[in-house]
Amino acid sequence: MKSHELWEFFKVALQAIKLHRLRSALTALGIIIGVASVIVMAAIGNGASKQLQQQMASMGTRVINVMPGAMRIGGRSTGFGGGAPFSQKDMNALVSGVPGIVAATGSLDGSVSLVYGAANWSSNVSGVHAEFQDVRPWPLISGRWFTADDVTRGAKVAVVGTAVVRELFAGGDPVGETVRINNIPFEVIGVLSSRGSNGFRDQDDQVLVPITTARSRLVGRRYATVPDAVGSIAVRVADDASMDQVQEELTTLMRKLRRINAGEDDNFTIRNFAELVANADAAQSVVRYLLATTAAMSLVVGGIGIMNIMLVSVTERTREIGLRMAVGARPVDVMTQFLTEAIILCLSGGLVGLLIGVGITVTLSVFFKWTVAIGAGTVLMAILVSAGVGIIFGFMPARRASHLNPIEALRYE
Amino acid sequence: MDAGPQPLIVARDLVKTYVLGDQTVHALRGVSFQVMPGEFVAIMGPSGSGKSTLMNMIGALDQPTSGTLSIDGAEISRMEAAELADLRNRTIGFVFQQFNLLRRTSALDNVKLPLLYSRRRRTDADAVARDKLTLVGLGDRIGHQPSQLSGGQQQRVAIARALVNSPRLVLADEPTGALDTQTSAEIMALLERLNAEGLTIIIVTHEPDIAAHARRLIRVRDGRIVEDRATAGAPVTHGVHAA
Repeated sequence: MKSHELWEFFKVALQAIKLHRLRSALTALGIIIGVASVIVMAAIGNGASKQLQQQMASMGTRVINVMPGAMRIGGRSTGFGGGAPFSQKDMNALVSGVPGIVAATGSLDGSVSLVYGAANWSSNVSGVHAEFQDVRPWPLISGRWFTADDVTRGAKVAVVGTAVVRELFAGGDPVGETVRINNIPFEVIGVLSSRGSNGFRDQDDQVLVPITTARSRLVGRRYATVPDAVGSIAVRVADDASMDQVQEELTTLMRKLRRINAGEDDNFTIRNFAELVANADAAQSVVRYLLATTAAMSLVVGGIGIMNIMLVSVTERTREIGLRMAVGARPVDVMTQFLTEAIILCLSGGLVGLLIGVGITVTLSVFFKWTVAIGAGTVLMAILVSAGVGIIFGFMPARRASHLNPIEALRYE
Repeated sequence: MDAGPQPLIVARDLVKTYVLGDQTVHALRGVSFQVMPGEFVAIMGPSGSGKSTLMNMIGALDQPTSGTLSIDGAEISRMEAAELADLRNRTIGFVFQQFNLLRRTSALDNVKLPLLYSRRRRTDADAVARDKLTLVGLGDRIGHQPSQLSGGQQQRVAIARALVNSPRLVLADEPTGALDTQTSAEIMALLERLNAEGLTIIIVTHEPDIAAHARRLIRVRDGRIVEDRATAGAPVTHGVHAA
């Protein structure tokens, strides 16, 4: 078939569609709804995935966490953080002993009560090293981050999250104000940018102070046995490729530091966030597949609608088909014509569905603040799928039309 | 076109049987005849006589159970559906009782329809179709849709459509069956004029006064030709009735 013939068939098909406007619109409706739902589902799915990746980036992909305690010790689960805490000495040994670590910070965590004027609030405090920002960068929206000197001196300075600002300072700029943390006055020197929830808790309900200050004044009592406790340790690795190696060497060195004999279980836990995120992503992808399947089903239903209407159309236009055959249409011509019609219906339905899907997606993101993402792949897929539906579900009616006996078709009332 | 008097249609011992349920219907029981170029033939017969079957075969819409039928030198009994379609497209023009025009489609586009299937690029399609419409007296109505035309005018459009590919044969099945007497006469006059210009025409009718416009009459009954003669009005100059 030459291109000018295809163009002629295209025009004929368009004409036939225009002759039956309402029916064509109703036929395409199934595809419109199908494609729109595929687009929306894909956008939501991609959005969730993107959000997860953003979280992953904010947690740091090249960050390895080392926590004291193991899931099990002698058959008894202690949970993370159990067992003897790490000391500053352990941390220094790790940083100097394992190549590939570019930055490290300890983290002593606890709950504290905050008081500012008449307002009070319970929040989470983390005592960290100044290198915290190198390990897991968390931009500030106001003020400054504390320095290595602040850490050495055990300065009573605090960097607070936006939830704390909201609860204690009614949203005003707290930099320079003094807040009482567990009844000890701290100067607020900076405000962390908002990160929202990580799925477990509000990350913005957070106070960061120098680890030395936290140890001596806020949460040190929990680590009384280790005077220079650092809680858990987070390290940043130079590049993705050396993650496994660094993790291995960390384990070996840590076992040595904690004098664990061969054959004994670790009494510490090493985790990297990439693993955590991969697990979360796997769980999410089940939901994504479920959404995609639902959307695909609606496309199939739309396709069956197309087939149904095309079959009616073939029956109704039997005489026309007979006439076309009488004046020289080959079976393949008749088939091409009906297939072209089905594909045009599906494609235009697909395009309308695409627009509606994009509209719904934009609405979701603008008015409901959903994280959504429409990729070129999704758009391409929607178009290909709707053309495919046209071919697959248009084939049977088109074949039936092309197999009509011209004599009977001409006589059909 | 043809150098000698080659027959346009040669039918030999055409037999057509259908199986309808447990019944075998003998539509044609051995029909032989020839049609020379330029003839104007009327096929008559009561319903069930086999005249429709015969016309479908001449129109390359149907194939014989046995016997041979050659149209313009091409043997149709062994043709594939696509070859039959091409033969219909190039060699035969159809005119139907119910006109069979595409609704909500202009006269011009209706006339152009066979060109769509003629498998060669025509930049002159509009001009050719307009010429044919002018030939049938509708040069001023090319943009009209069937619903805006009278029955006689619609049949003229159908005739223009039959002529658009310059066929060797026009096959008209009860062309005046849906028209009043006056309009019928006009349509028959048009067909006579086309025949006078050299076109071979075969019409199927059950009306004797319509058949009288033709120059040769083939009467069919019970699947056989029972009469094949020149009509009263036929000039003797067309003495080519090989039967």
